[in-house]
Amino acid sequence: MSSDAPVAEIPGDLLREGIVDGLRAHLGEALLDSLVKPGDDVWVRVRTDAWREAARVLRHEMGFDYFCFVSAVDWMPSPYGKGEDDPTEPTPERDDTIRQGYAGGETRLQMLARVTSSTRHVGVNVKCDVSDETPVVESWIPVYAGANWHERETHEMFGIGFAGHPDLRNIYLPTEFEGHPLRKDYPLLARMVKPWPGIVDVEPLPGGDDEEGDAE
Amino acid sequence: MTALLASDLPYWAQSLLRVLGGVVAVLLPAGTIVYVFLFKMMSFMQSRLGPMEAGPYGSMQLFAEVGKWLQKEDITPERADRFIFRIAPLVVLTSTFLLVAVVPFGPDAWFTNFEAGVFYMLAVSSVSVLGILIAGWASANKYSLLGGLRAAGQLIAYELPMVLAVVGVIIQAGTMNLQGIVLAQNTGEIFGWNGLGNPYVLTQFVGFVIFMIAVQAELTQTPFDMPIAESELVSGYMTEYSGFRFLTFFIAEFATAGVFALIASVLFLGGWGIPFAWFGWEGLDDVDNWMNVVGPLIMVTKMMLLSFIIMWVRFSYPRFREDQLQRFAWKVLVPVSLVNIMFTAILKVAF
Amino acid sequence: MTSTESLIDRRQMAYIAAQASDARLNVELETEGMTLNIGPQHPATHGTLRIIARLDGEQVVWAEPSCGYMHRGYEKLTEVRTYPQVTALVNRIDWLGSFANEVPFILAAEKLMGIEAPPRAQHIRTILFELSRIANVSLFLGDLGVQLGAITPVFMAFRDREYVLNLIEGATGGRFHPNFDRIGGLKDDLPAGFVDETRAVMKKLRNFCDEIENLLFGNEIFQSRTRGIGVIPKDVALQYGLSGANLRASGVDWDLRRDQSLPMAWNKADWKVWTHPDGDSFARCWVRLQEVRESTRIVDQLLESIPSGPIMAKVPRIIKVPEGEAWVSTENPLGEMGYYVVSKGDLGPFRTKIRSASFNNISIVPWLLKGVYVPDIVTILASLYFILGDIDR
Repeated sequence: MSSDAPVAEIPGDLLREGIVDGLRAHLGEALLDSLVKPGDDVWVRVRTDAWREAARVLRHEMGFDYFCFVSAVDWMPSPYGKGEDDPTEPTPERDDTIRQGYAGGETRLQMLARVTSSTRHVGVNVKCDVSDETPVVESWIPVYAGANWHERETHEMFGIGFAGHPDLRNIYLPTEFEGHPLRKDYPLLARMVKPWPGIVDVEPLPGGDDEEGDAE
Repeated sequence: MTALLASDLPYWAQSLLRVLGGVVAVLLPAGTIVYVFLFKMMSFMQSRLGPMEAGPYGSMQLFAEVGKWLQKEDITPERADRFIFRIAPLVVLTSTFLLVAVVPFGPDAWFTNFEAGVFYMLAVSSVSVLGILIAGWASANKYSLLGGLRAAGQLIAYELPMVLAVVGVIIQAGTMNLQGIVLAQNTGEIFGWNGLGNPYVLTQFVGFVIFMIAVQAELTQTPFDMPIAESELVSGYMTEYSGFRFLTFFIAEFATAGVFALIASVLFLGGWGIPFAWFGWEGLDDVDNWMNVVGPLIMVTKMMLLSFIIMWVRFSYPRFREDQLQRFAWKVLVPVSLVNIMFTAILKVAF
Repeated sequence: MTSTESLIDRRQMAYIAAQASDARLNVELETEGMTLNIGPQHPATHGTLRIIARLDGEQVVWAEPSCGYMHRGYEKLTEVRTYPQVTALVNRIDWLGSFANEVPFILAAEKLMGIEAPPRAQHIRTILFELSRIANVSLFLGDLGVQLGAITPVFMAFRDREYVLNLIEGATGGRFHPNFDRIGGLKDDLPAGFVDETRAVMKKLRNFCDEIENLLFGNEIFQSRTRGIGVIPKDVALQYGLSGANLRASGVDWDLRRDQSLPMAWNKADWKVWTHPDGDSFARCWVRLQEVRESTRIVDQLLESIPSGPIMAKVPRIIKVPEGEAWVSTENPLGEMGYYVVSKGDLGPFRTKIRSASFNNISIVPWLLKGVYVPDIVTILASLYFILGDIDR
């Protein structure tokens, strides 16, 4: 898996390309983007209203019977940085452009799910955009019953609603908890109360290296 | 009892001696079983040493435990039925004392000599069921209630195999008097050979096994400890008790184990006697006086043997589920004991 | 920072209100039948898991686990830490087999960086991974007895587990939290005498497995308590994302050590994947027992052939992982544990999704516990085998 090998020498990944083709055949326009890393993994992004349809296609048509997880990613860089800022100084300038990852995206919040095929031993990462005005997607429960708890966790951590979920209440946090902790604009209070001094931990490499770790 | 001592004791002195003897007969087995089997034997079987700090080899641990329980705060739950809550442990302990009253320890060393000793014993052992049930109800705690109800069902179910197992012994001995049963075993013969007497553990082996299983269930010991079920119900009916009341339950549990072991040794192992043929005795009047001192020692030995078996099974087996337990009692033990009675009766008449 | 202070105050008020509302919820449920709270403090649960069960006599009408008593916010914490700090943090998710938690995270970071650990490091990683599996599952075997009432096997389990923990401590310096894996290899090489010690310990562990099989699995009461209890059919198991021994006990022949190619040394040993067709509690317990035995054999084989060489690849002093996303999952003692690492080229991850095995394993409990008896709740939970830190992260 070295990055030195030129791209042309890595053979095409027929299995994963085939998965993307199959999805395109079933979903058509709803499959917005995809990325195949040969020999490694495959990412697809579907339209928000095709979220449950994508799950149905994957489970019933393409044989991805194993449910791995459902979660979300908040692509906004944290306005608090790493909690290493001196509270007496003014807040430094931070880059706040939202750059999504593999298979693109247009919104700040994105759903991220993974399902696997227990027979072909291959998995698919499925993403979809979640709009900021109405952060609601369809629930996966009619397709994968195990999505129940995962969607409850995503709801309480990101504030994304799930249409069709029978019992959308908090799973980890108390019932009337305010805020959505895993969003980037929710501060990590431990770092607010006492900022991390920001020393980079570096151990001396094994086998003898005379320089000690740098203290910032 | 009066033959034991040279002088003629007044009635109150005799009663006092009997009471003291009864207390010793209950508490001594309890203490011994707790120390030897619960603390030491269980630990050795689990490849650890057990209590070693209090006294040499942890022998004073029992007193330390008693002291610890006595100095704990006595809590009565707010919604508990106070009077019933308080008397429940005493009811359980009372049944133990009542049980030991009929056990003979020697040819003249007995507390009472009922003609229907076995009948009395089986009846009185059911009093503890009442105590457990009222403890479970009066605790005002769902876990305790569950434990109490399970206990009631289990204990009543296992009364029947116990009674039926003992019927075989009665048929063979021909009497319900416990002293008479001891004599019948020690003077009896197996197929004409009286070298070993007639210990019913050999001739009534099925009855013995059923009785020991039923005793294990009556004591709510694993594998029949659903009422206590430590990993589910914490302590079942004993959950809400603290301090001296919990100590009473604890002592009652092991004292009852000791007393049942005593009764089992009377019924099946020949009680306080060694086969009379070895000494040339023919009946009760021939027995020498030193037997009154050696008899209790022999009883204690036999009791230790049987409680060893009870405790050994307790530490080794997982526990039955409640319905499996009931199924075992009603569908297996009761039919087997009925067949046992039938065979005993046939063989008694035939031989 | 007044806004933060008011934030803290509002949060405290909301928390208190939430506790009160949860209490009200409990009272509202008591309309019929009996509502029993098992936990969060209870001898049966492996930690602070609370199960609310509505009973009808001895049968469960519905049951619901209420998690979160140990939620530590791992995914939020990883966003402010560097990769070595996250490695130390992640040890504590499944605290019984803790080396196994670090490995998928390190592998994901290495995948993003495009480096591979040297063969010696891969080999030793696999050995320590299997040792942590043995440590974890041998405790399960002992604990199984306690849940069912047999109090003796657990002492033997702890005694024999000590040997494995001593080995891990000798190699890494920590019994429970080794914190030994590094991006590019391992922190240090193995101590002298490790190979012979480990061989002796593996023999002892095999004896222990035989003892447990005789004492516990052969017992008729154990069989009648576990056979046919909590049957999970194959497709339900796959839908809920059950993994590890739970899935293999339902008949699915899937083991992530064999079925995916990771830079670890499992393919250098000859071993077998155990499955069981029944899907009941006994099957799950039996599969785990066989897996411990198989792990000892894997370790024995791997010890024969440790390659020589460096223990750490050439890694820059300050590690910045290039931008990208990676998913790695491994066959951890509890099931499939995976990390989805999103990196933006920083010293630490941008977002880590931790997919822990017990979260999925326990999500099936509401479906599974309908109509079972109260004692069977304990049996089923014991056979599903979870660690609270794994559920609650």
